[in-house]
Amino acid sequence: MNISFNLIAGIFAILCVFPFLFVVIISLTDESALANNGYRLIPEKWSFAGYQYVFDMGDSLLRSYGVTIFVTVVGTIISLLFMAFYAYAVSRKSFKYRNFFSFFAFFTMLFNGGLVPTYIIVTQLLGLKDTIWALILPLAVNAFYIMILRTFYSTSVPDAIIESGKIDGAGEFRIFLKLVLPLSLPGLATIGLFSTLGYWNDWFNALLYIDSPNLVPLQSMLMRIETSMQFIMQNASNSSISMEALRSMPQDTSRMAMVVLATLPIIFAYPFFQRYFIQGLTVGAVKE
Amino acid sequence: MVGEFFRNINKNKVMLFMVLPGALWFLFFSYLPMLGTIIAFKEYRFSRDGFWASIVNSKWVGWDNFKFLFSTNDAYIITRNTLLYNVVFIFVGLALSVLLAIVLSEITNKRLSKIYQTGMFLPYFLSWVIVGYFTFSFLSADRGLLNGVFESLGIQPIQWYAESKYWPFILVLVYLWKAVGYNSVVYLASIMGIDRSLYEAAMIDGASKMQQIRAITLPLLRPIITIMTLLAIGKIFYADFGLFYQIPRDSGTLYGVTNVIDTYVYRGLKSTGEIGMSAAAGLYQSVVGFVLVMTSNYIVRKFDKDNALF
Repeated sequence: MNISFNLIAGIFAILCVFPFLFVVIISLTDESALANNGYRLIPEKWSFAGYQYVFDMGDSLLRSYGVTIFVTVVGTIISLLFMAFYAYAVSRKSFKYRNFFSFFAFFTMLFNGGLVPTYIIVTQLLGLKDTIWALILPLAVNAFYIMILRTFYSTSVPDAIIESGKIDGAGEFRIFLKLVLPLSLPGLATIGLFSTLGYWNDWFNALLYIDSPNLVPLQSMLMRIETSMQFIMQNASNSSISMEALRSMPQDTSRMAMVVLATLPIIFAYPFFQRYFIQGLTVGAVKE
Repeated sequence: MVGEFFRNINKNKVMLFMVLPGALWFLFFSYLPMLGTIIAFKEYRFSRDGFWASIVNSKWVGWDNFKFLFSTNDAYIITRNTLLYNVVFIFVGLALSVLLAIVLSEITNKRLSKIYQTGMFLPYFLSWVIVGYFTFSFLSADRGLLNGVFESLGIQPIQWYAESKYWPFILVLVYLWKAVGYNSVVYLASIMGIDRSLYEAAMIDGASKMQQIRAITLPLLRPIITIMTLLAIGKIFYADFGLFYQIPRDSGTLYGVTNVIDTYVYRGLKSTGEIGMSAAAGLYQSVVGFVLVMTSNYIVRKFDKDNALF
């Protein structure tokens, strides 16, 4: 019995990891071997040319890495600040308007305006199109995370601690920074990791709002390469210019090398993430 | 009255200051778009003078956008696809997640079990773009692994990205691959919470593993299964945009089986330029979605007050 259980779980786990390993293998295959045999598990000839190419053309990849790192770091800081303050305020019983602001956040989980009005407001009213803020602000706040954090504050920060701070003459901000923040660190770390992952993996906002090649994040660059490759391939037969363009595009191996490079930070970080995510899953289930 | 209002504001000013950034965010990114749904009732024209001018200057057309939307075949196809895919995802996903959770909980070697879990968790952390590349490495017509295997077996290769009949299966497989490992953790956590003495008692009575699972694990999992399923049904009108956009690589020949409400709204906005109809489809999704969330939450509350959303 135990053997068959191990077999089922083991096979599924391998299936989950396999596509990633396969892409790593493709990225290490010689381009001409790819052209002859297609993607193979055991390549005829290994080669680092794909990675070589990526590092030689460096600029655009480096820039996209830069955009993604900037957006991830700044975005996570902003969303933690916004959400930590908001959640703390609505968790305090002394705050007269806590019910109103709780509902104000909560209602957005039930009903939303949809994509079209959001797009029009972000581009026309806020004027964020083609700015880095279009990648940061739309993901900054999340009502569900605020609910999780609020629960976290009210269960892990006893009122007595806040009262003692008041007696010692500390102001609300001081209490928050010196007493509440250290106690709620695990909760903030969980939410911080959720948003880090969200920002790192985001391509949708770039698809909607970004045209300038300087502001394209990693995930979205991978998408664009793919789309322009397809476009060129489809029109390759009837124009000589596109053959030219095809030659200047990254080859199959180097595109797969980029996929690997874009995934690598996550692969290294995720066993660490995993622990917090499981915690987050359980924290989220508990209500006030 | 007014004086008291200002006194209250003053008394709560630090807290109000704390909610200010978040509240402004909700105002701009959630509540103004809700007001903006009136676009669905207008013939929207972009105006150079900005958002307010565009809204005011666009002509009212009443329910025309909805009439157009529902008179085409599109409304039927996108609703059918969204609902059917989600139904399959919910039920097949549930069965597999519970099965895996039970399997994992029965593995006696805890270190091995942790290693399996780490492997199963990986897909959840990758973006749809990356998963799109993975899928392509299997399905590419001339280089993909599958056609390579077919070739060596003497089977005709298949133009995967041009034949729609395979896509319902491909999309379901990709979805399950990405979601099941993560979802099974929820069930695993509640299996771990089951009192061990129940199993010991069953073993003394001579119950086999299968009997234990049927008589103890599954009945005790039922409440959480019911709740997770009902909550998923509340979101049945929303599709995962990334799955339906990235995995078929936006291939036009596949739209019949890959177009869902979310991709339809996106294409109406960005490529076909039918903003009014696209906004109408978006509002249709939000309103039906709202009704479904409220209903399913109402039912969850009947079952188990603690697990309801509100």
